[in-house]
Amino acid sequence: MSETAAREVVAPKPRRELARAVVRFAGDSGDGMQLTGEQFTLESAVAGSDLATLPNFPAEIRAPAGTLFGVSSFQLQFGSQRVYTPGDRLDCLVAMNPAALKVHLGDLKPGGLLIVNTQAFDKRNLDKAGYAANPLEDPTLAERYRLHKVDMTALTLEAIQDLPLNTKEKDRTKNFFALGLVSWIYTRPLDPTLEWIKKKFAKNATIAEANTRVLKAGHAFGETAEIFAECYQVEPAEMAPGLYRAMTGNRALAWGLLAAAERSKLPIVYGAYPITPASGILEELAMHKRFRIRTIQAEDEIAAATAAIGASFGGAVGVTASSGPGIALKGEAIGLAVTAELPLVIFDIQRGGPSTGLPTKTEQADLMQALYGRNSEAPVVVLAPATPGDCFFVAYEAVRIAVKYMVPVMVLSDGFLANGSEPWLIPDPSTLPPIDVHFRTDPDGFFPYLRDPATLGRPWVRPGTPGLEHRIGGIEKQDVTGNISYDPDNHDHMVRTRAEKVRRVAQEIPPTSINGPATGDLLVVGWGGTYGAITAAVERAQTEGKAVASVHLRHLNPLPPDLGHILREYRRVLVPEINSGQLVRVLRAEYLVDAVGFNRVRGLPLATEDIYDAISQLAEGSS
Amino acid sequence: MSTTGAGATEVPKYTKKDFESDQDVRWCPGCGDYAVLSAVQKSMPDLGIPRENIVFISGIGCSSRFPYYMNTYGFHTIHGRAPAIATGLRVARPDLKVFVVTGDGDGLSIGGNHMLHVLRRNVNLTILLFNNRIYGLTKGQYSPTSEQGKITKSTPMGSADRPVNPIAFALGCGATFVARTVDRHIAHMEETIKRAAAHRGTAFVEILQNCNVYNDLTWNVVYDKEQRLAHELKLEHGKPLLFGPVDDRQALVMDGVNPKVVPAKATPPDRLWIHDESNVNAAKILADLFAPDYPVPVGVFAAVSAPVYEDVVIDQEQRAISEKGVGDIAKLLKSGDTWTIE
Repeated sequence: MSETAAREVVAPKPRRELARAVVRFAGDSGDGMQLTGEQFTLESAVAGSDLATLPNFPAEIRAPAGTLFGVSSFQLQFGSQRVYTPGDRLDCLVAMNPAALKVHLGDLKPGGLLIVNTQAFDKRNLDKAGYAANPLEDPTLAERYRLHKVDMTALTLEAIQDLPLNTKEKDRTKNFFALGLVSWIYTRPLDPTLEWIKKKFAKNATIAEANTRVLKAGHAFGETAEIFAECYQVEPAEMAPGLYRAMTGNRALAWGLLAAAERSKLPIVYGAYPITPASGILEELAMHKRFRIRTIQAEDEIAAATAAIGASFGGAVGVTASSGPGIALKGEAIGLAVTAELPLVIFDIQRGGPSTGLPTKTEQADLMQALYGRNSEAPVVVLAPATPGDCFFVAYEAVRIAVKYMVPVMVLSDGFLANGSEPWLIPDPSTLPPIDVHFRTDPDGFFPYLRDPATLGRPWVRPGTPGLEHRIGGIEKQDVTGNISYDPDNHDHMVRTRAEKVRRVAQEIPPTSINGPATGDLLVVGWGGTYGAITAAVERAQTEGKAVASVHLRHLNPLPPDLGHILREYRRVLVPEINSGQLVRVLRAEYLVDAVGFNRVRGLPLATEDIYDAISQLAEGSS
Repeated sequence: MSTTGAGATEVPKYTKKDFESDQDVRWCPGCGDYAVLSAVQKSMPDLGIPRENIVFISGIGCSSRFPYYMNTYGFHTIHGRAPAIATGLRVARPDLKVFVVTGDGDGLSIGGNHMLHVLRRNVNLTILLFNNRIYGLTKGQYSPTSEQGKITKSTPMGSADRPVNPIAFALGCGATFVARTVDRHIAHMEETIKRAAAHRGTAFVEILQNCNVYNDLTWNVVYDKEQRLAHELKLEHGKPLLFGPVDDRQALVMDGVNPKVVPAKATPPDRLWIHDESNVNAAKILADLFAPDYPVPVGVFAAVSAPVYEDVVIDQEQRAISEKGVGDIAKLLKSGDTWTIE
């Protein structure tokens, strides 16, 4: 059947309005699910939807095909209202093979749309997924879900049978069939993907042609095949006007550094050792040498941190990054930066632990490590971004604080923020606060540990400055002169001074913004990547009339000066975290409030539904 | 901004005193480190580099107190990490002259990994490794260069470890300048330090150094007058490898693929081994030689030229800038896929 013929006989299908939808593409690691998801995200963003994404992939690079642990998935929620999270339960699941079906089916809502690639359901793949019989032949599947069995492999091969590609190459384009089909179902524009194909395969016209044809074939299949009775329309969301782009957390951290380098006019030396999920920052920065970012792929985590410290000693901004296991290795070096009182920015892209743990999954369990994970009294400033785009501002702020106070600043991102993306209103970099850098050049009255009365920061001196030759180090030193000192009272004074210097960063913290009433039954306190899930749950409770508010902390050390007061304005305090209860301990210790935790440590973002349930229990219990 | 050495500003005429800091030196009386400190301070004026452009970086251990005593910029860091700190400093500030002062424990045990990588990268800095074959600061445990079977506080029945040879290690890592000198041979030490400091790339100098408290006379083979005369082989570029007393000169020659000691008198000139600093393979053979069966080579084993790590880093940055201009964050933010919401 030719395309024209199809158009003539097929009447347009009805479009149903949806406020939001949660879609997940799942398949084998080699099926290109991440790419499919990213392109669907871009199409949805261009369609004006607000959205949030959750890529989820195995730690193994090429896990054996067809296995349960080799399944890779990409989920996104898009909608016509604010979308805070990638969603809990799925409206639509695309399963490219039996393993993907087995792993993900449990998350599909009853009555949800289930699209499967039938050709992948052969004996071999069924065996690998542990299915004794073909689940597609089980009638209950079609009763429970709106099951669509599509032979994507055959339809793909047919669409490009005349192209000079081998079967393997042809088969590899089937993810575009899935993308085209789902794009039709949710009325997403194909143009962004067509553009992308053109650019990406500019040097390989055949592959470009194949992907284009298969994408269109998937789209046409939705339109023509009789199995899809309707498609869905999601109106554009009400979003602040302006220019948008999709932003992931890792890229935003990198670009935040670029902005800081440009504004401060300082070179940045970034020391890193490859580790999931932080490596993307190193790779991103390495592409932007024009910003005077010098990257060092160090021999180990310790060298990455110490090279950054050496750079800071030289008058550049030293930055290092890792995930939890690497941060543990950097601990002694961070202590050196604390006592040498040099600027240092440390990104910790948290992942599941302990030890190697779950390298590609998310967690929030490094808060205690960030606050206390060093020998002796070694306080550092700790910041946490709330969303992927927020990573940009937090990275910039980390540099600003580090050079102003001559302190290490730790930034706690996580695997969810690192790889997740959101539509991001592009900021005007000239509106970012200035980064004031003052290098001392005057030898008159100079001492290495002479302190700025406002910040308690010591002078930053670039080696090469005549008359200011001096020595610093890890041994305790006398305040002001910097001479080695073992004096007990001086040590006590220095311990307090280093702590006070970090405390003074509280001067930089704006008043805490409260989402909801200023007083009430329940305050939900969160930090980091759980922002979306908490906000969505709290707003749902608010629409039901509950006196619930939330605050989301960007500054974890020092804490906002007004937080203690805010906590006392509510009868109960709930702290949802992807750990066993770390911030909740800090709040209880710091403010003597009877805060309770909500904790799930599953390597996944918290579910809005679960937080909502926890809110309901506490809010109801107190009224 | 000042730059190293030559340039607009005249380098002041320094003396040794200009490089002495106001800090009390806290090594044990009689420690070999005093001699090294003095030799380094004496060598400094000859480098022709403004004092403010010189930085000493150290790790932990007796030797690592060194920066406090130099009236230059200095950073006493953490155990074993000085090469990594210095690498970061050089990448940030290629205009500075950087020295790393380390010891056998700091540089070859806890910091062995960093030593390997700084040498293979060929970062432009000078490493002075004080080798006293003992942990002094922690009061006398054996070190990675201690001889096997060494009886120390932590090895009352003798150490089980086989020692690492610093010169062979450095050459194996691809070091571009490798030398050995002795704390009690002042003139040789000064000369070696100056040559190392002038090398472009990582210069590695092993200084045989005495710990008179925990490992006294461990290098007696080059201290004791008679032993020294019998064993010390001064490496000099372009000269034959001869050693021993005048009336009993010995020649080091190659016998097939093995080095061999033969009487010099009986050796025809064309069989002599002429020292060539540019021959790294020959240096690797020399690196393994030591008394009593072989001479103890001192001096420059190898000096070759190779690309410097931070030169490549800076060159890439310059290339990126000259091709596309200095980065502009406002432009970058708007690059790629964007869309407008009205």
